[in-house]
Amino acid sequence: MNSYPISIRPFGIHAILLEWPGRVDVAILEDILQFTQYLKECCLKEEEWEIVPAYNSVTLIYREEPIDFDQLKVKLLNWYKEDIKVVKREKILWRLPVCYDEDFGIDLKEISQKSGKTVDEIVSLHTSNVYTVFGIGFLPGFTYLGGVPEVLQFDRREEPRSKVLSGSVGLAGKQTGIYPQDSPGGWNIIGNCSVPMFDPKAKEPCFISVGDQVQFYKITRAEYNLHKIESEVGIYKLEKIILDA
Amino acid sequence: MLKVLKSGLFTAVQDIGRYGYLNKGVPVAGYMDGFSAKKVNQLLDNDMHAAVLEITMTGPTLFFEQETYISMGGALLSATLNNEPVNNYEVIKVKKGDILSYGKLEKGFRNYLAVKGGFKAPLVLGSRSFFSSVTKKNHLADGSELEYDACSFFEPKISKIIVDSFLDEKELKVTKGPEFESLSDKQLEMLFGKKFSISNENNRMAYKLEEKIEGLKTSMITSATLPGTVQLTPSGKLIILMKDGQTTGGYPRILQLSDRAISVLAQKKYGDEVQFKLN
Repeated sequence: MNSYPISIRPFGIHAILLEWPGRVDVAILEDILQFTQYLKECCLKEEEWEIVPAYNSVTLIYREEPIDFDQLKVKLLNWYKEDIKVVKREKILWRLPVCYDEDFGIDLKEISQKSGKTVDEIVSLHTSNVYTVFGIGFLPGFTYLGGVPEVLQFDRREEPRSKVLSGSVGLAGKQTGIYPQDSPGGWNIIGNCSVPMFDPKAKEPCFISVGDQVQFYKITRAEYNLHKIESEVGIYKLEKIILDA
Repeated sequence: MLKVLKSGLFTAVQDIGRYGYLNKGVPVAGYMDGFSAKKVNQLLDNDMHAAVLEITMTGPTLFFEQETYISMGGALLSATLNNEPVNNYEVIKVKKGDILSYGKLEKGFRNYLAVKGGFKAPLVLGSRSFFSSVTKKNHLADGSELEYDACSFFEPKISKIIVDSFLDEKELKVTKGPEFESLSDKQLEMLFGKKFSISNENNRMAYKLEEKIEGLKTSMITSATLPGTVQLTPSGKLIILMKDGQTTGGYPRILQLSDRAISVLAQKKYGDEVQFKLN
Protein backbone atom coordinates (compact mmCIF):
# COMPACT_ATOMS: atom_id res chain seq x y z
CA MET A 1 0.00 0.00 0.00
CA ASN A 2 2.73 2.44 0.96
CA SER A 3 4.71 1.67 -2.09
CA TYR A 4 7.02 4.65 -2.55
CA PRO A 5 10.67 4.06 -1.91
CA ILE A 6 11.66 6.66 0.69
CA SER A 7 15.12 7.83 1.59
CA ILE A 8 15.91 8.87 5.16
CA ARG A 9 18.94 11.01 5.91
CA PRO A 10 20.26 12.99 8.87
CA PHE A 11 19.98 16.77 8.63
CA GLY A 12 22.20 18.06 11.42
CA ILE A 13 21.86 16.46 14.85
CA HIS A 14 18.33 17.71 15.58
CA ALA A 15 16.59 16.86 12.33
CA ILE A 16 15.87 14.01 9.98
CA LEU A 17 14.89 14.34 6.32
CA LEU A 18 12.52 11.93 4.60
CA GLU A 19 12.46 12.10 0.82
CA TRP A 20 10.04 10.57 -1.63
CA PRO A 21 10.91 10.21 -5.35
CA GLY A 22 12.12 13.52 -6.78
CA ARG A 23 9.16 14.87 -8.68
CA VAL A 24 6.35 17.34 -8.12
CA ASP A 25 3.32 15.08 -7.88
CA VAL A 26 0.08 15.47 -5.92
CA ALA A 27 -0.03 11.72 -5.22
CA ILE A 28 3.41 11.88 -3.58
CA LEU A 29 2.45 14.93 -1.51
CA GLU A 30 -0.74 13.14 -0.41
CA ASP A 31 1.28 10.09 0.68
CA ILE A 32 3.69 12.31 2.65
CA LEU A 33 0.85 14.13 4.41
CA GLN A 34 -1.00 10.91 5.15
CA PHE A 35 2.19 9.55 6.72
CA THR A 36 2.89 12.71 8.74
CA GLN A 37 -0.71 12.66 9.99
CA TYR A 38 -0.14 9.07 11.08
CA LEU A 39 3.14 10.04 12.77
CA LYS A 40 1.43 12.90 14.65
CA GLU A 41 -1.49 10.80 15.85
CA CYS A 42 0.14 7.45 16.47
CA CYS A 43 3.92 7.69 16.75
CA LEU A 44 5.48 10.99 17.77
CA LYS A 45 4.66 13.46 20.52
CA GLU A 46 3.51 16.32 18.33
CA GLU A 47 4.48 19.05 20.81
CA GLU A 48 8.12 17.93 20.74
CA TRP A 49 8.53 18.04 16.97
CA GLU A 50 8.42 20.52 14.15
CA ILE A 51 7.13 18.79 11.04
CA VAL A 52 7.88 20.60 7.78
CA PRO A 53 6.48 19.01 4.63
CA ALA A 54 7.33 20.48 1.21
CA TYR A 55 6.85 18.95 -2.26
CA ASN A 56 8.51 15.51 -2.09
CA SER A 57 9.98 15.68 1.40
CA VAL A 58 9.20 16.09 5.06
CA THR A 59 11.70 17.25 7.67
CA LEU A 60 11.21 16.27 11.30
CA ILE A 61 12.96 18.56 13.77
CA TYR A 62 13.34 17.68 17.43
CA ARG A 63 13.46 20.90 19.39
CA GLU A 64 16.28 20.59 21.88
CA GLU A 65 18.06 17.29 22.28
CA PRO A 66 20.06 15.58 19.56
CA ILE A 67 18.22 12.67 17.97
CA ASP A 68 19.43 9.09 17.69
CA PHE A 69 19.41 8.91 13.90
CA ASP A 70 19.91 5.18 13.36
CA GLN A 71 17.23 4.21 15.84
CA LEU A 72 14.73 6.74 14.52
CA LYS A 73 15.36 5.74 10.91
CA VAL A 74 14.48 2.11 11.66
CA LYS A 75 11.35 3.20 13.52
CA LEU A 76 10.24 5.49 10.70
CA LEU A 77 10.69 2.79 8.07
CA ASN A 78 8.64 0.40 10.17
CA TRP A 79 5.91 2.99 10.76
CA TYR A 80 5.76 3.63 7.03
CA LYS A 81 5.01 -0.08 6.50
CA GLU A 82 1.99 0.13 8.80
CA ASP A 83 -1.51 0.99 7.64
CA ILE A 84 -1.14 4.77 7.64
CA LYS A 85 -4.63 5.20 6.18
CA VAL A 86 -6.28 4.40 9.53
CA VAL A 87 -6.02 8.07 10.44
CA LYS A 88 -8.27 10.47 8.60
CA ARG A 89 -6.86 13.53 6.94
CA GLU A 90 -9.20 16.41 6.22
CA LYS A 91 -8.94 17.78 2.70
CA ILE A 92 -9.72 21.45 2.37
CA LEU A 93 -10.36 23.73 -0.59
CA TRP A 94 -10.04 27.47 0.02
CA ARG A 95 -11.77 29.86 -2.36
CA LEU A 96 -9.76 33.08 -2.34
CA PRO A 97 -10.93 36.40 -3.79
CA VAL A 98 -8.56 38.27 -6.09
CA CYS A 99 -8.92 41.69 -7.67
CA TYR A 100 -7.24 41.56 -11.09
CA ASP A 101 -7.49 45.32 -11.77
CA GLU A 102 -4.47 46.55 -13.62
CA ASP A 103 -3.24 48.80 -10.82
CA PHE A 104 -2.82 45.56 -8.80
CA GLY A 105 -1.97 43.25 -11.71
CA ILE A 106 1.01 45.31 -12.78
CA ASP A 107 2.45 42.58 -15.01
CA LEU A 108 -0.82 41.51 -16.66
CA LYS A 109 -0.19 43.58 -19.79
CA GLU A 110 3.31 42.22 -20.26
CA ILE A 111 2.34 38.57 -19.87
CA SER A 112 -0.66 39.17 -22.10
CA GLN A 113 1.75 40.28 -24.82
CA LYS A 114 4.14 37.38 -24.14
CA SER A 115 1.42 34.74 -24.24
CA GLY A 116 -0.80 36.20 -26.93
CA LYS A 117 -3.78 35.83 -24.59
CA THR A 118 -5.99 38.72 -23.57
CA VAL A 119 -5.99 39.89 -19.96
CA ASP A 120 -9.50 38.44 -19.56
CA GLU A 121 -8.34 35.08 -20.87
CA ILE A 122 -5.42 35.07 -18.42
CA VAL A 123 -7.73 35.88 -15.51
CA SER A 124 -10.18 33.23 -16.59
CA LEU A 125 -7.39 30.63 -16.87
CA HIS A 126 -5.99 31.61 -13.47
CA THR A 127 -9.39 31.31 -11.79
CA SER A 128 -10.52 28.11 -13.50
CA ASN A 129 -7.71 25.95 -12.13
CA VAL A 130 -7.49 24.35 -8.72
CA TYR A 131 -4.03 24.60 -7.15
CA THR A 132 -2.34 22.54 -4.49
CA VAL A 133 -0.20 23.99 -1.68
CA PHE A 134 3.12 22.17 -2.12
CA GLY A 135 5.04 24.19 0.43
CA ILE A 136 4.98 27.20 2.76
CA GLY A 137 8.20 29.16 3.14
CA PHE A 138 10.22 32.16 1.97
CA LEU A 139 8.05 34.39 4.19
CA PRO A 140 5.57 33.55 6.96
CA GLY A 141 2.42 32.38 5.14
CA PHE A 142 3.93 32.38 1.63
CA THR A 143 2.38 29.43 -0.22
CA TYR A 144 3.91 27.67 -3.19
CA LEU A 145 0.89 26.64 -5.26
CA GLY A 146 1.38 24.01 -7.96
CA GLY A 147 -0.89 23.09 -10.86
CA VAL A 148 -0.38 26.14 -13.07
CA PRO A 149 -1.39 25.41 -16.70
CA GLU A 150 1.39 25.66 -19.27
CA VAL A 151 0.06 28.85 -20.89
CA LEU A 152 0.42 30.64 -17.55
CA GLN A 153 3.99 29.51 -16.97
CA PHE A 154 6.36 32.46 -17.25
CA ASP A 155 9.93 32.92 -16.07
CA ARG A 156 10.55 35.09 -13.04
CA ARG A 157 11.25 38.72 -13.84
CA GLU A 158 14.87 39.32 -14.73
CA GLU A 159 15.18 42.10 -12.17
CA PRO A 160 13.30 41.36 -8.96
CA ARG A 161 11.32 44.31 -7.60
CA SER A 162 12.57 45.76 -4.34
CA LYS A 163 8.99 46.01 -3.11
CA VAL A 164 6.03 43.84 -4.02
CA LEU A 165 2.79 44.88 -2.32
CA SER A 166 1.30 42.67 0.40
CA GLY A 167 -1.46 40.47 -1.05
CA SER A 168 0.05 40.44 -4.53
CA VAL A 169 -0.77 37.31 -6.51
CA GLY A 170 2.15 36.18 -8.64
CA LEU A 171 3.12 33.67 -11.30
CA ALA A 172 6.60 32.13 -11.59
CA GLY A 173 7.36 29.04 -13.62
CA LYS A 174 5.02 26.23 -12.59
CA GLN A 175 3.95 28.08 -9.47
CA THR A 176 1.52 30.72 -8.35
CA GLY A 177 1.32 32.29 -4.92
CA ILE A 178 0.38 35.23 -2.74
CA TYR A 179 2.84 37.61 -1.07
CA PRO A 180 1.71 37.71 2.59
CA GLN A 181 3.51 41.00 3.27
CA ASP A 182 5.37 43.77 1.43
CA SER A 183 8.60 42.17 0.30
CA PRO A 184 11.19 42.13 -2.45
CA GLY A 185 10.16 39.66 -5.15
CA GLY A 186 10.61 38.53 -8.72
CA TRP A 187 7.26 36.93 -9.56
CA ASN A 188 4.96 38.28 -12.27
CA ILE A 189 2.17 40.09 -10.45
CA ILE A 190 -1.36 39.63 -11.84
CA GLY A 191 -3.67 40.71 -9.00
CA ASN A 192 -4.16 41.17 -5.28
CA CYS A 193 -5.90 38.88 -2.80
CA SER A 194 -8.02 40.67 -0.20
CA VAL A 195 -7.60 37.97 2.47
CA PRO A 196 -4.56 38.31 4.78
CA MET A 197 -2.45 35.16 4.41
CA PHE A 198 -0.59 35.68 7.65
CA ASP A 199 -1.87 37.45 10.74
CA PRO A 200 0.17 37.01 13.94
CA LYS A 201 -2.74 38.38 16.00
CA ALA A 202 -5.14 35.67 14.83
CA LYS A 203 -5.68 32.50 16.81
CA GLU A 204 -4.51 30.54 13.77
CA PRO A 205 -2.01 32.96 12.20
CA CYS A 206 -1.90 31.10 8.90
CA PHE A 207 -5.16 29.35 8.01
CA ILE A 208 -3.71 27.46 5.08
CA SER A 209 -1.59 24.29 5.30
CA VAL A 210 0.57 22.26 2.94
CA GLY A 211 -1.69 19.88 1.01
CA ASP A 212 -4.72 22.20 0.97
CA GLN A 213 -6.23 23.23 -2.34
CA VAL A 214 -6.86 26.76 -3.54
CA GLN A 215 -9.13 28.22 -6.18
CA PHE A 216 -9.14 31.93 -6.93
CA TYR A 217 -12.20 33.92 -7.96
CA LYS A 218 -12.39 37.36 -9.46
CA ILE A 219 -13.74 40.29 -7.46
CA THR A 220 -14.22 43.97 -8.29
CA ARG A 221 -12.26 46.76 -6.68
CA ALA A 222 -15.34 47.69 -4.61
CA GLU A 223 -15.66 44.13 -3.30
CA TYR A 224 -11.92 44.11 -2.58
CA ASN A 225 -12.22 47.29 -0.52
CA LEU A 226 -15.18 45.85 1.39
CA HIS A 227 -13.32 42.60 2.16
CA LYS A 228 -10.38 44.62 3.44
CA ILE A 229 -12.58 46.51 5.89
CA GLU A 230 -14.32 43.28 6.94
CA SER A 231 -10.94 41.61 7.52
CA GLU A 232 -9.70 44.50 9.62
CA VAL A 233 -12.69 44.42 11.94
CA GLY A 234 -12.63 40.63 12.00
CA ILE A 235 -15.98 39.84 10.36
CA TYR A 236 -14.71 38.55 7.01
CA LYS A 237 -15.71 34.91 6.46
CA LEU A 238 -13.29 32.78 4.51
CA GLU A 239 -14.75 30.35 2.00
CA LYS A 240 -13.65 26.95 3.21
CA ILE A 241 -14.89 23.78 1.55
CA ILE A 242 -14.21 20.43 3.14
CA LEU A 243 -13.67 17.87 0.42
CA ASP A 244 -14.52 14.19 0.79
CA ALA A 245 -11.47 12.00 0.91
CA MET B 1 10.98 50.06 32.71
CA LEU B 2 14.23 50.10 30.85
CA LYS B 3 14.62 53.31 28.85
CA VAL B 4 16.58 53.11 25.65
CA LEU B 5 18.37 56.47 25.56
CA LYS B 6 20.34 55.48 22.48
CA SER B 7 19.63 52.28 20.64
CA GLY B 8 23.01 51.49 19.08
CA LEU B 9 23.29 49.74 15.72
CA PHE B 10 20.79 46.93 16.21
CA THR B 11 19.45 46.11 19.65
CA ALA B 12 16.63 43.58 19.83
CA VAL B 13 14.81 41.35 22.30
CA GLN B 14 15.49 37.65 21.73
CA ASP B 15 14.68 34.46 23.60
CA ILE B 16 15.13 30.75 22.93
CA GLY B 17 13.00 31.04 19.76
CA ARG B 18 9.56 30.68 18.28
CA TYR B 19 8.55 27.07 17.82
CA GLY B 20 5.45 25.52 16.33
CA TYR B 21 5.15 27.57 13.14
CA LEU B 22 8.03 26.37 10.96
CA ASN B 23 5.45 24.62 8.75
CA LYS B 24 3.80 28.03 8.20
CA GLY B 25 7.04 29.65 7.11
CA VAL B 26 7.81 31.37 10.43
CA PRO B 27 11.54 31.22 11.23
CA VAL B 28 12.56 30.11 14.69
CA ALA B 29 14.33 33.47 15.38
CA GLY B 30 15.79 33.74 18.90
CA TYR B 31 19.30 34.62 20.02
CA MET B 32 21.95 34.09 17.33
CA ASP B 33 24.62 33.01 19.82
CA GLY B 34 22.66 30.66 22.06
CA PHE B 35 25.78 29.56 23.88
CA SER B 36 26.46 33.02 25.36
CA ALA B 37 22.81 33.98 25.81
CA LYS B 38 22.01 30.85 27.79
CA LYS B 39 25.01 31.46 30.08
CA VAL B 40 23.88 34.98 31.05
CA ASN B 41 20.40 33.69 31.84
CA GLN B 42 21.85 30.87 33.93
CA LEU B 43 23.89 33.33 36.00
CA LEU B 44 20.69 35.09 37.02
CA ASP B 45 18.90 31.79 37.60
CA ASN B 46 16.40 32.77 34.91
CA ASP B 47 13.91 30.48 33.25
CA MET B 48 15.14 28.97 29.96
CA HIS B 49 12.51 31.03 28.13
CA ALA B 50 13.67 34.37 29.59
CA ALA B 51 14.25 37.05 26.98
CA VAL B 52 17.55 38.92 26.73
CA LEU B 53 18.78 41.87 24.70
CA GLU B 54 20.87 41.05 21.68
CA ILE B 55 23.24 43.95 21.12
CA THR B 56 25.04 44.05 17.79
CA MET B 57 28.39 45.80 17.24
CA THR B 58 27.53 49.28 18.55
CA GLY B 59 25.80 49.09 21.88
CA PRO B 60 22.95 51.13 23.32
CA THR B 61 22.75 53.50 26.28
CA LEU B 62 20.22 52.15 28.76
CA PHE B 63 18.57 53.76 31.78
CA PHE B 64 17.23 51.50 34.53
CA GLU B 65 14.10 52.85 36.21
CA GLN B 66 13.93 50.01 38.75
CA GLU B 67 16.57 48.16 40.73
CA THR B 68 17.50 44.70 39.52
CA TYR B 69 20.39 42.39 38.71
CA ILE B 70 21.94 42.00 35.29
CA SER B 71 24.60 39.96 33.56
CA MET B 72 26.12 40.18 30.13
CA GLY B 73 28.11 37.94 27.83
CA GLY B 74 29.21 37.26 24.30
CA ALA B 75 31.05 40.04 22.47
CA LEU B 76 33.30 42.44 24.37
CA LEU B 77 31.87 45.91 23.88
CA SER B 78 33.59 47.97 26.59
CA ALA B 79 30.46 48.19 28.71
CA THR B 80 30.26 50.60 31.64
CA LEU B 81 27.75 51.05 34.44
CA ASN B 82 27.69 54.71 35.51
CA ASN B 83 31.03 55.07 33.72
CA GLU B 84 32.65 52.20 35.68
CA PRO B 85 33.80 49.26 33.55
CA VAL B 86 31.78 46.05 33.97
CA ASN B 87 32.76 42.54 32.94
CA ASN B 88 31.07 39.77 31.02
CA TYR B 89 29.63 36.81 32.93
CA GLU B 90 29.28 38.49 36.30
CA VAL B 91 26.13 39.17 38.29
CA ILE B 92 25.86 42.95 38.68
CA LYS B 93 23.47 44.79 40.97
CA VAL B 94 21.79 47.74 39.28
CA LYS B 95 20.13 50.59 41.20
CA LYS B 96 17.29 52.79 40.16
CA GLY B 97 18.68 55.50 37.86
CA ASP B 98 21.80 53.60 36.80
CA ILE B 99 23.02 54.01 33.24
CA LEU B 100 24.58 51.18 31.26
CA SER B 101 26.43 52.16 28.15
CA TYR B 102 28.62 50.45 25.64
CA GLY B 103 31.80 51.61 23.97
CA LYS B 104 34.31 50.27 21.51
CA LEU B 105 33.85 46.82 20.03
CA GLU B 106 36.86 44.84 21.23
CA LYS B 107 36.03 41.32 20.19
CA GLY B 108 33.09 39.39 18.74
CA PHE B 109 29.96 40.97 17.29
CA ARG B 110 26.95 40.33 19.53
CA ASN B 111 26.64 40.98 23.24
CA TYR B 112 23.82 39.59 25.39
CA LEU B 113 22.30 41.47 28.29
CA ALA B 114 20.09 39.57 30.70
CA VAL B 115 18.01 41.03 33.50
CA LYS B 116 16.71 39.10 36.51
CA GLY B 117 13.39 37.55 35.41
CA GLY B 118 13.90 38.45 31.74
CA PHE B 119 12.66 41.33 29.60
CA LYS B 120 8.89 41.44 29.17
CA ALA B 121 8.46 42.22 25.49
CA PRO B 122 5.05 41.01 24.23
CA LEU B 123 4.69 37.28 23.77
CA VAL B 124 3.70 36.67 20.13
CA LEU B 125 3.12 33.11 18.90
CA GLY B 126 4.82 31.75 21.98
CA SER B 127 7.99 33.86 21.88
CA ARG B 128 9.20 37.36 22.72
CA SER B 129 11.82 37.29 19.96
CA PHE B 130 11.65 40.26 17.62
CA PHE B 131 11.01 39.32 14.01
CA SER B 132 9.65 41.93 11.65
CA SER B 133 6.61 40.21 10.13
CA VAL B 134 5.50 38.68 13.43
CA THR B 135 6.25 41.31 16.10
CA LYS B 136 5.57 45.04 15.88
CA LYS B 137 9.23 45.92 16.29
CA ASN B 138 12.33 44.37 14.84
CA HIS B 139 14.69 46.43 16.98
CA LEU B 140 14.51 48.93 19.83
CA ALA B 141 14.50 52.53 18.65
CA ASP B 142 15.91 55.56 20.48
CA GLY B 143 13.57 56.56 23.29
CA SER B 144 11.69 53.25 23.44
CA GLU B 145 10.91 51.46 26.69
CA LEU B 146 11.06 47.86 27.70
CA GLU B 147 9.39 46.30 30.70
CA TYR B 148 11.10 44.19 33.38
CA ASP B 149 10.24 43.28 36.95
CA ALA B 150 12.06 45.08 39.76
CA CYS B 151 14.19 42.84 41.97
CA SER B 152 15.63 44.16 45.23
CA PHE B 153 17.36 41.03 46.45
CA PHE B 154 18.78 38.01 44.71
CA GLU B 155 21.46 35.68 45.94
CA PRO B 156 23.17 34.15 42.93
CA LYS B 157 24.35 30.58 43.15
CA ILE B 158 27.51 31.69 41.39
CA SER B 159 28.39 35.35 41.04
CA LYS B 160 30.73 34.95 38.10
CA ILE B 161 31.80 32.30 35.68
CA ILE B 162 34.84 31.94 33.53
CA VAL B 163 33.66 31.10 30.08
CA ASP B 164 35.83 29.29 27.61
CA SER B 165 35.56 32.05 25.04
CA PHE B 166 35.23 31.11 21.39
CA LEU B 167 35.39 34.68 20.09
CA ASP B 168 38.79 33.98 18.46
CA GLU B 169 37.77 30.62 17.00
CA LYS B 170 37.72 30.32 13.24
CA GLU B 171 36.67 26.72 12.97
CA LEU B 172 33.03 25.91 12.22
CA LYS B 173 32.19 22.29 13.00
CA VAL B 174 29.78 20.89 10.45
CA THR B 175 28.06 17.66 9.52
CA LYS B 176 27.10 16.60 6.01
CA GLY B 177 24.03 18.33 4.67
CA PRO B 178 21.33 16.45 2.73
CA GLU B 179 22.92 17.25 -0.66
CA PHE B 180 26.54 16.73 0.46
CA GLU B 181 26.96 13.72 -1.82
CA SER B 182 26.43 15.93 -4.90
CA LEU B 183 29.79 17.64 -4.27
CA SER B 184 32.74 16.77 -6.50
CA ASP B 185 36.25 16.10 -5.18
CA LYS B 186 37.27 19.51 -6.45
CA GLN B 187 34.41 21.21 -4.60
CA LEU B 188 35.25 19.29 -1.41
CA GLU B 189 38.85 20.39 -1.65
CA MET B 190 37.83 24.02 -2.08
CA LEU B 191 35.30 23.78 0.74
CA PHE B 192 37.59 22.28 3.37
CA GLY B 193 40.99 23.34 2.08
CA LYS B 194 40.75 27.06 2.57
CA LYS B 195 39.43 29.81 4.78
CA PHE B 196 36.42 31.92 3.88
CA SER B 197 35.75 35.49 4.87
CA ILE B 198 32.43 36.97 5.95
CA SER B 199 30.94 39.25 3.28
CA ASN B 200 29.20 42.52 4.06
CA GLU B 201 25.88 40.70 3.52
CA ASN B 202 25.59 39.23 6.98
CA ASN B 203 22.61 39.59 9.26
CA ARG B 204 20.17 37.60 11.36
CA MET B 205 18.78 35.90 8.24
CA ALA B 206 21.99 34.69 6.67
CA TYR B 207 25.74 35.05 6.41
CA LYS B 208 27.04 35.12 2.85
CA LEU B 209 30.69 34.23 2.38
CA GLU B 210 33.00 36.28 0.17
CA GLU B 211 34.96 33.56 -1.65
CA LYS B 212 33.20 31.33 -4.12
CA ILE B 213 33.76 27.68 -4.90
CA GLU B 214 32.66 25.85 -8.03
CA GLY B 215 28.87 26.09 -8.24
CA LEU B 216 26.37 23.26 -8.08
CA LYS B 217 24.11 23.23 -11.11
CA THR B 218 21.89 20.33 -10.00
CA SER B 219 18.37 21.62 -9.60
CA MET B 220 16.57 20.68 -6.46
CA ILE B 221 12.95 20.60 -5.38
CA THR B 222 12.22 23.10 -2.58
CA SER B 223 12.64 21.51 0.84
CA ALA B 224 13.11 22.53 4.48
CA THR B 225 16.11 24.53 5.67
CA LEU B 226 17.35 25.08 9.23
CA PRO B 227 19.45 27.65 11.06
CA GLY B 228 23.01 26.62 10.26
CA THR B 229 22.23 25.17 6.83
CA VAL B 230 24.99 25.96 4.31
CA GLN B 231 23.56 26.42 0.82
CA LEU B 232 25.61 26.39 -2.39
CA THR B 233 24.21 28.45 -5.26
CA PRO B 234 24.69 27.66 -8.98
CA SER B 235 27.22 30.53 -9.17
CA GLY B 236 29.27 29.04 -6.34
CA LYS B 237 28.27 31.37 -3.53
CA LEU B 238 27.99 29.93 -0.03
CA ILE B 239 25.06 31.11 2.09
CA ILE B 240 24.78 30.10 5.73
CA LEU B 241 21.22 30.48 7.00
CA MET B 242 20.87 31.85 10.50
CA LYS B 243 18.06 32.20 13.07
CA ASP B 244 15.77 34.47 11.00
CA GLY B 245 16.50 32.48 7.83
CA GLN B 246 13.73 31.25 5.58
CA THR B 247 12.25 27.87 6.47
CA THR B 248 12.42 26.35 2.97
CA GLY B 249 14.86 26.75 0.12
CA GLY B 250 15.75 25.51 -3.31
CA TYR B 251 19.56 25.55 -3.18
CA PRO B 252 21.49 22.38 -2.33
CA ARG B 253 22.10 22.09 1.42
CA ILE B 254 25.68 20.90 1.46
CA LEU B 255 26.63 21.31 5.12
CA GLN B 256 24.94 21.77 8.47
CA LEU B 257 26.61 23.77 11.26
CA SER B 258 26.62 22.37 14.78
CA ASP B 259 24.77 24.41 17.43
CA ARG B 260 28.10 25.62 18.76
CA ALA B 261 29.28 26.59 15.26
CA ILE B 262 26.14 28.74 14.84
CA SER B 263 27.19 30.59 18.02
CA VAL B 264 30.78 30.90 16.77
CA LEU B 265 29.56 32.34 13.45
CA ALA B 266 27.11 34.71 15.17
CA GLN B 267 30.14 36.45 16.70
CA LYS B 268 31.75 37.07 13.30
CA LYS B 269 31.56 40.32 11.38
CA TYR B 270 32.42 41.58 7.91
CA GLY B 271 35.94 40.52 6.96
CA ASP B 272 36.41 37.88 9.70
CA GLU B 273 37.60 34.45 8.63
CA VAL B 274 36.08 31.02 9.17
CA GLN B 275 36.97 27.50 8.15
CA PHE B 276 34.74 24.45 7.87
CA LYS B 277 35.67 21.29 9.73
CA LEU B 278 33.71 18.13 9.01
CA ASN B 279 32.75 16.15 12.09
